[in-house]
Amino acid sequence: MRDVEFLGINPAVFLSTMVVAAMPVLLAAMGELIVEKSGVLNLGVEGLMIIGAVCGFIVSVETGSPVAGLLGALLAGAILAGIFGLLTQYFHASQVATGLALTLFGLGLSALLGQSYTGIRPPDFSIPNFGVLSELPVIGILLFSYDFLVYFSLALVVGIWWFLNHSRTGLALRAIGENHNAAHSLGYHVIRVRLVAILFGGACGGLGGAYLALIRVPQWTEGMTAGAGWIALALVVFGSWRPFRVVLGAFLFGGVTLLQLNLQALGIAINPAYLSMTPYIVTIAALVVISGMGSHASLRAPACLGKPFDATK
Amino acid sequence: MARFFDAEQISKTYPGVKANDQIKLSIDAGEIHALLGENGSGKSTLVKIIYGLLPPDEGKMLLNGQRYRPQSPRQARAEGVAMVFQHFSLFEALTVAENIELGMDDPPSRNKLEATIDQIGQRYRLPILPRRIVGDLSVGERQRVEIIRCLMQNPKLLIMDEPTSVLTPQEADQLFETLNELSHEGTSILYISHKLEEIRNLCTRATILRLGKVVNVCNPKSKSAQELAELMVGTNFATASKGSTVKGSEPLLCAENLSCGAVTEFGVSLSDVNFEVKKGEILGIAGVAGNGQEELAAVIAGEAKATGSLRFKGSDLLHKRITERRELGLLTAPEERLGHSAASEMSLTENAFLTADQRMALSSSGVIDWKKTKDFTRSVISQFDVRATGADSPARALSGGNLQKFVIGREIAQKPEALVVNQPTWGVDAAAAAIIRQALIDLASKGAAVLVISQDLDELLEISSSIAVLNLGQLSAAKNTDEITRNEIGLLMGGVHGPTVGSETTVVAA
Repeated sequence: MRDVEFLGINPAVFLSTMVVAAMPVLLAAMGELIVEKSGVLNLGVEGLMIIGAVCGFIVSVETGSPVAGLLGALLAGAILAGIFGLLTQYFHASQVATGLALTLFGLGLSALLGQSYTGIRPPDFSIPNFGVLSELPVIGILLFSYDFLVYFSLALVVGIWWFLNHSRTGLALRAIGENHNAAHSLGYHVIRVRLVAILFGGACGGLGGAYLALIRVPQWTEGMTAGAGWIALALVVFGSWRPFRVVLGAFLFGGVTLLQLNLQALGIAINPAYLSMTPYIVTIAALVVISGMGSHASLRAPACLGKPFDATK
Repeated sequence: MARFFDAEQISKTYPGVKANDQIKLSIDAGEIHALLGENGSGKSTLVKIIYGLLPPDEGKMLLNGQRYRPQSPRQARAEGVAMVFQHFSLFEALTVAENIELGMDDPPSRNKLEATIDQIGQRYRLPILPRRIVGDLSVGERQRVEIIRCLMQNPKLLIMDEPTSVLTPQEADQLFETLNELSHEGTSILYISHKLEEIRNLCTRATILRLGKVVNVCNPKSKSAQELAELMVGTNFATASKGSTVKGSEPLLCAENLSCGAVTEFGVSLSDVNFEVKKGEILGIAGVAGNGQEELAAVIAGEAKATGSLRFKGSDLLHKRITERRELGLLTAPEERLGHSAASEMSLTENAFLTADQRMALSSSGVIDWKKTKDFTRSVISQFDVRATGADSPARALSGGNLQKFVIGREIAQKPEALVVNQPTWGVDAAAAAIIRQALIDLASKGAAVLVISQDLDELLEISSSIAVLNLGQLSAAKNTDEITRNEIGLLMGGVHGPTVGSETTVVAA
């Protein structure tokens, strides 16, 4: 098994690399899932990720601690999302315009902050030692070869699924995204819940960006998220607002990204520009197929998604 | 009976309006107390204050002799006050049980909750399956969910906001049984409605509001519906009178086997709808909302595709575009005033242009004649007594009744040969509703074919010459208004089709 190769690719290695490749978008998408379930559309995920990437990078280089870097990214993402929350929830700014502005702002600010950090290598991220387990054929690579953030993220997915479907707060969050006026009249705090969701989404987006800059790549380059935030947004739709489907979508995206890199490495006679496009084209194609699949209530977007809420009306 | 709830000197001012002015309201334990008033009389404001959604500017409330000052609906519920909203506050994508759980402060486990829902459902005759998705339920079933949600809290005071406006007469009767049962058990009920007959049947005391003030407290059983209406409106108003109609013999607008898919997410599809409207005739389409009304209006207007045949003045309509239908003389006014009939941010003049361009020739070679458009708008405003600051005022600035007078007047002023209106007086105050109904009657008496889709049975009995009932996308055969009984219509609304229905009361158009 271990030496079975396909097109020069070892499937087990491919799958484990795919998981790592999917992590940044997965984290950001899980955050956005919660935000959208509460009825808020934050198009600024790209901005959140890049700010997370640069802040995580700077903090970990300056402190020498990757964990401090992750915390920094988490905080930076949440702060940036907090600005979005403040503008859209309290000052009733348009969610679409504010989200887009957030992306542009994040890209610009990160370029400024990261100027003197280009080309530096961040401190290494240690991989937990599973002892003999990592030595097992195939399974060792598939299950026990990751950094702790991968396990954390997958646990987060299960946690979010449980939160949405089995906890009372999760039910309230879904209710607010579904019909904020009704939720308000039942006495739920629409704005407060949405703000917390936005902050959580920002923290996840920041963490996703940091994963890219600290573990996946690992270095800082300007604009290194390269549209990952937009992919995260698309994944939420692709997953029809359900956590496990979003994971599936993230793996699919990670897999296609990897495949095109492998194909490029093999020197296949296709213009690399086309190959680089494939993850995005596959995402668009998947979205088209999904939206053509009918509109049962359980597959729909939260009914209040993107609608502003004003308690005084 | 012991006094249970007291409100004294409740006042609430919005910018420019005194919505509640020194209101006094008292309800006994186990009493079903009516709160009567026109739109804008301050009913909803008062109720929101009682339910903790709005803080009053001044005044105080007592519940069971204790000071009652709810800061939030949650607190109100904790003190035993529950409310069933007119526009349901339900979550369509969630299940019945999830919806009910959301209304509870300390819900039991899901299994236990589902068992309790079944129990309450049986006890108060409100059967419902806890695991169904609310979006798939009928309006009557949704109301049951709302009521069960309230009953879960063992409320001492239950507020019902226009609960029967969406129900068939039979469903309404069933609701009254439930309410009477609750009242016998000692629950006080504050019952808000503008349907005077049902208040006279159900309630022993009524507080009547007008322009934010209490104008009368009386026993509604001792007053006639007309007297109550006059107290509510403050003036005498005439009910619409049917004119002498010039009936043609040829059907002007006729549909055969008209079918179409649902246009809204939770709508129903029309199947094999047949009807015909002659010149000078008003055909009323009764039915509970969500049974294909929107679909029917959309198909006739040309907004939705359909199969079958729809003919107007002998020509086939189904392949004609919306503007072609308008040019032919078939005009429509949809249900939703803001956002469908009128663009909210645009001025009345601009809104007038949007539907009247073809028939009134308000533009030539693509250039708008603003003067002509404005003159047309002004004529609509004066002819239909639309209260607006002027032709330039944006549509959203008008009150519901005035905007409705405008959007219907706009079509009538174009002298249509056929007019289709959907819910023409929904949420409109009685005075405006009377004007609209009279205008429809006058239009028909001048020889137009009029199709009125309405949930308000009294309205249809008052103005239409014949009535058909839409239920689950199917339309019953039209019957002459003088020959159909309220009971028969009610059964058709509930889905009982068939020629013979026991009928003892012949309806006299009120």
